[in-house]
Order: sequence, then structure tokens, then C-alpha cells
Amino acid sequence: MRDAVLVIDLSNYSYEVEHRPDLFEKWIGGTGVAVQLLKEHMNPEADPLGEDNVIVFATGPFTPAYPLASKTVALFKSPLTGNLGESHAGGRTATSIANAGYGAIVIKGQSKKPVYLVVENGEVHFRDGRVIWGIPDSLIVGRIIAENEPGRGIRTMMRIGGAGEKLVRYACVTTETYRHFGRLGLGAVFGSKRLKALIIRGRKKYLPANTKKFREVYDEIYRTAIESDAMKKYHLLGTAGNVIPLNELNSLPTKNLQSAKFESAEEISGEALAEHNLGRRIACSHCPIACIHLAALRIPYENEPYFYKTIMISYDYELIYSLGSMLGVGSRDGLLRLIHRVESYGLDAMSTGVCLAWATEALLRGVVSEEDTIIKLSFGNVENYLKAIDYIYEQPNEFYRHLAMGIEHASDVYGGKDFALAFGGNEMPGYHTGYAAHLGYATGLRHSHLDSAGYSIDQKVRDVTPEEVVDKLISEECWRQVLSSLVVCFFARGIYTSDLISRAFEPLGVEISEEELKKKGEEIYKEKLKLKVEMGFNPENLRFPKRIFEIESLHGKLDERFIEEAKNYYIKKVREIVG
Amino acid sequence: MKQLVVKDIEKCVGCGLCMYACSRKFVKRPEIGNSSSAILAVSLSGFERGATVIFCRACTEPPCAQVCPTGALKPKRGGGVVYIENLCLGCKYCMDACTLNAIFEREDGKIAVCIHCGYCSSYCPHGVLAYEEVEA
Ligand code: SF4
Ligand code: SF4
Ligand code: SF4
Repeated sequence: MRDAVLVIDLSNYSYEVEHRPDLFEKWIGGTGVAVQLLKEHMNPEADPLGEDNVIVFATGPFTPAYPLASKTVALFKSPLTGNLGESHAGGRTATSIANAGYGAIVIKGQSKKPVYLVVENGEVHFRDGRVIWGIPDSLIVGRIIAENEPGRGIRTMMRIGGAGEKLVRYACVTTETYRHFGRLGLGAVFGSKRLKALIIRGRKKYLPANTKKFREVYDEIYRTAIESDAMKKYHLLGTAGNVIPLNELNSLPTKNLQSAKFESAEEISGEALAEHNLGRRIACSHCPIACIHLAALRIPYENEPYFYKTIMISYDYELIYSLGSMLGVGSRDGLLRLIHRVESYGLDAMSTGVCLAWATEALLRGVVSEEDTIIKLSFGNVENYLKAIDYIYEQPNEFYRHLAMGIEHASDVYGGKDFALAFGGNEMPGYHTGYAAHLGYATGLRHSHLDSAGYSIDQKVRDVTPEEVVDKLISEECWRQVLSSLVVCFFARGIYTSDLISRAFEPLGVEISEEELKKKGEEIYKEKLKLKVEMGFNPENLRFPKRIFEIESLHGKLDERFIEEAKNYYIKKVREIVG
Repeated sequence: MKQLVVKDIEKCVGCGLCMYACSRKFVKRPEIGNSSSAILAVSLSGFERGATVIFCRACTEPPCAQVCPTGALKPKRGGGVVYIENLCLGCKYCMDACTLNAIFEREDGKIAVCIHCGYCSSYCPHGVLAYEEVEA
């Protein structure tokens, strides 16, 4: 198991390696370890865009031992929410960090000039980043670095586009092609540190404690992944397969959630994309599933006959929701062009879409004027949305400067709170399934639908009390701390059961029972919640946008009293847990 | 003789499972990591543009063996090489001699080269690789 922690200080261009078996034994890896490292290295009052913010990347004990342990956890202070930021990404990041010999990487300080970092063979190279600073397209940045740096096939290349440089609070960090530390603004933290990219490569190895068992467990995981149904839905249509079912369930947020049904859902569904656009599928490192669906979009040049370009665009349910239904965009070409634009700048697609949806409604209702928005935003108008995305990056006026700080902030300034769809300061994910989904966004420690999967609770159970919903959400979130400490892909949660996890640890020389695993999940949850509270999180301040009570969901119209009761219970729970 | 071959490179998703399989190929010493791996999937500047899988193509007159000063690499009957690890100095002349760059450097400075054992082919989930009888 990897227990080396690489600590990089950008303020004085130095680094050191610490061996921390204590941390990895007690807290597994990933989220568990990252929480502790953040506590050790960061002042909870740090300015998210200042020198004191700290970024932790952590991998887990199953990387690269087993398939599907393909994710890296990033922890930092979020410039979007001002609180704990946590974001997960696939690509080749996890395996590259592990093969370079590290369990975790901590980045502190702030560089005076733009730099990019190369980590290899136990060294960190601080490279001059001035030439590539200012290139807004993260895809181009990727290509330039790829030409300049060795390590094809084994390296990870995390970088920011223009949005990160311009400190858009929901800028992402792109890794390889099409994978992202998407949510909560890690890209802006990179930008504030003048860190354009981070490249990691290595060719290291270690031996399992029990060689025979190791190959057996490996084979079991591999066979289950490719043969069972546990992961089918991710490789066939991919997550985009959710569009039609959610639309039928009255759960697909549409036009800033003025409706939960989209008349053009078919057009932008996983089925339609697969039939007309799917051009290739690719995988994260050490994952047999290949859930990354790439659409091929052929675009003619208007004034040059017989001249076309074909671009590949990665799509997923969340993007179809945020840049499709949420914006009333029902054309596949339009949707794909929006995704591509967002990808180029290195913006979080979900936040960008939800921000634009709010801005559109705010304009319609006269909360803001066309002078603010510069162009006439209207649902379905792709050309204007493309422009507006440029403006979020360029920030040509006061309005776009505010919009680049998220809708919680923008609606503080302009009003329109009731239809500003953010939870804990983070723009809403794409499920209007019912109480559990919305409570999950609010209570989830990273305000993500993946924290506790409320949307799935909504689809499985009816007739539950507010207390039961909160309990269910917290217990699911506790278990997911184990998964995100290992760190295995959440899509593989059906494979990595507590029984299998316990057995998979054995050949690595670690004995841990299913009971102990569960307990660790609870402890990690508690540690994270405590850190969050120290950073200023107060559950009493959680806001539920009025809009969610106005629109029919799978559970009909939602009752404010239910949410109120659940919130009070959650506040009690937080006090109990934090003490 | 059986050899590792590429069936359809366009189906490669860049998962690298072949690389990790190669590290595990020895029953007695299955490694975790990529140090001893002798196969590498690379993209054409992003996997959206396609892939190349790099491994030894089993030359009948292997230049890598010809430049090896110690006899650590020896031509194998039917093509390719056998690698006698304890003779290897780590000079890496072979790495330069192979036009395909199909010899890799290990963590310890010695080399990794495909021995056409076929182990990785059972872990390619998308049928890119196969282990087949090939005419010499
Ligand atoms: S390693 Fe390269 S040079 Fe040697 S036999 Fe294989 S392909 Fe030929
Ligand atoms: S055939 Fe054997 S030696 Fe060659 S790449 Fe595959 S596993 Fe490695
Ligand atoms: S296992 Fe197959 S699909 Fe995966 S990288 Fe290797 S050749 Fe490509």
C-alpha cells in the first residue's frame, strides 16, 4: 500500500515526502486520508483564493491493485461555497499518482508567476508556465503539454482552461481528455495559485502479501465487472440513458425547473445520441467498463463549401440536463456545441447550465435587464447561450462578474432567490424526483447528488417520514465514505460490496471485517462533517429554493413542512454527531 | 508459435488493463503497478482520436538482441526474444535499437519486454488483443 505523501509548496518552490502509514492505516485512503491532511495543512479560515488554501489529492489502497479503483479525491476550500470543497475524477490521475509512488499529494502556497508542475521519479519540477498561461482552451493546453512532456500512456495531465485563470468560482480541473474534478471550483483554486497544470508519471510497483489470493480476487472483480449486470447501464447507453426515464417520472428539471418534463427529451436522450452521434467509447485507467461516451459532431464551415470539422464531445446525463433540458435546448447539435464550449473553457457544466437558466428566468421576469445580460437570453436559444458562456469567461461587465461567482451570490445581488436553484451554495444536480433528492443536495457534505443518492431513495420508497429520509441519506453517505476512501468508482458500488472489499484487502496484507469497514465509514463522515462545521458550515442556514415546491415531481407537489421537519431533524443530527 | 496480436485497434478504449495484466503475469510474482509491464496503450493525442498499443512484434531478426552486449536478450525460435534478467546490465541499448519503442524501462533500471505469453489478452475487455498461432 502507498503511504507516501508528497507535499509541494508553491510559495517557495519546494517539496518534501513524508511517509504516513498512520494515516493510511486508520483512514484507508482517498476521502478519509484527505480530510486529515487538509486538517493538518490548512487553516479553516483560509481565503479560498488566497495563498493559504490547500489542495489535497488522495488515492486509495486498491489503486492500482484492482480494476475500477480508478478515482482520485480532491479536497480544498471551495471558492464557490466558501466551505469544504470535494471533487472526484477518473481518467488516469489515480493510477498515475499511485504508480509514481504516492498515496496523496498536498499542494500549498501560491506561485508568483504561472507555473506547471511535473512529478516523476521522486522529484517535482517547477516549469515555467508563462507561455501557456492565457490560453483559454483547456484542450489546446493539453495538446501543447502532451507534445512537450514524456510519459505517453502512463501520465496524468490535470490542467485548467481560461475559466480557472479568470477565477470563475465553478471552474473545473480537466484531466486527460473529458474527465474532470468538476464541482465546487477546484479550477479557480488552481488559477489563484497560478498553477496551470499538474503532470504526474511513474513506473513503480509493489508486491501483494498473498500472491495467489491476489490474482484470484482480481479475477473475481474483473469477471463480475464484465459479465454481471451490475454495471451494464453504464456501458450501454451510459448515464445518458436516464433522460427518458426521468422525464417520464416528472423528474427532469426543465427551463430552470419551471417544469419537470421536457417536450424534446427524446431528441437529447441517450438513445438518440447513441443512434446519431456516438462515435467512440473510452475508459478511465484500469476500468473495463468504458462508460465515457463520445459524440462525434460534424460542423460545416458556413462560408466554405465542402469544409467540415468533426469534433468529439463527451456527454453524460448531468450535462444533458444542465445544458439541455434546463436551458430548454432540445437539439442535439446545439446541446453538443454548448458542452464543447464549456469543456474548452474548463467550466463545470452543471453550475454553468444552472447559472444560465437562472439568468434567463431573471431576465424574463425583469429581475435583471438586457443591459446586464448583453444579449437576449431565452430558453432554447443556443447561439446566445454560446455567447453567454464566453461572457462568463470574459466577464465583460458587472453582471457576468457576479454570475461567475455562482447563483447563490448573483441572486444575493440581484434578487430572484426563489428560483436560484442552489443548495449549500452549489448549483443543483439534475433530479427533481422528490424529497430525498433535494434533502440530499442540502445535507450531502459536498452538496452533490452522489453524496447520498436521494434520487434513488425517491424512486424506491414512498410513505417515509422526514426523519427516515434524513437517516437513510446519512447512512448511505457514511457507506460512500468507504467507497471514496478506497477510492473505487461509485458506478462500481454494486461490485464492491462490504464482503468483497474485506476479501480484497486480505491479499494486500490488511485484515478488516465488514463491521469495521462500516464503522470507518461513519468515523470518516463524522471527521468530514466536523471539518465542515469548523470551516463555517451551519445547517440552520440551509436554503431550499421556493421553486422546488411549485413543480410536480415524481412524488407530486412537495410540501414545505416535510422539508422543514427534515431540516430540523438534520440540524439535531449534526449537533449530535459533531458534539 | 502463438503470439500476442492486435485484432482491432479501433476498439481500444485506453483502459490499460493489458498493462496491469502484464505486471501480474508471473504466478509467483504478480506485481501491483506498471514497472515490469511490456505493453502500453497510448492515444493519438487523446483517445478520442484513436489508440496505438505498443508491444514487441516478435522480429525474426531482432535488432534488440543484436545490440545486447551480455546476451541477456536472445533471439527466440519463431521470432521475438527471450530475456535472461540476471545477465542484464541495464545499459538500455536494446531500447534504442527497437524501432517500435517496445522495450520499457523498469523501476530498477532493467528492462521489460514482451515474452508473448498471452496473459494480457484474456484481460482486454474489448477484444483488441488476441493470442494466436502465427506463421513464422
Ligand atoms: S523488442 Fe523490438 S526489436 Fe526486439 S524483437 Fe521485439 S519488436 Fe523486435
Ligand atoms: S503477452 Fe505476456 S509478456 Fe507480452 S504483453 Fe502480454 S502479458 Fe506481457
Ligand atoms: S486492455 Fe485492450 S482496450 Fe484496454 S488498453 Fe489494452 S488493448 Fe486497449
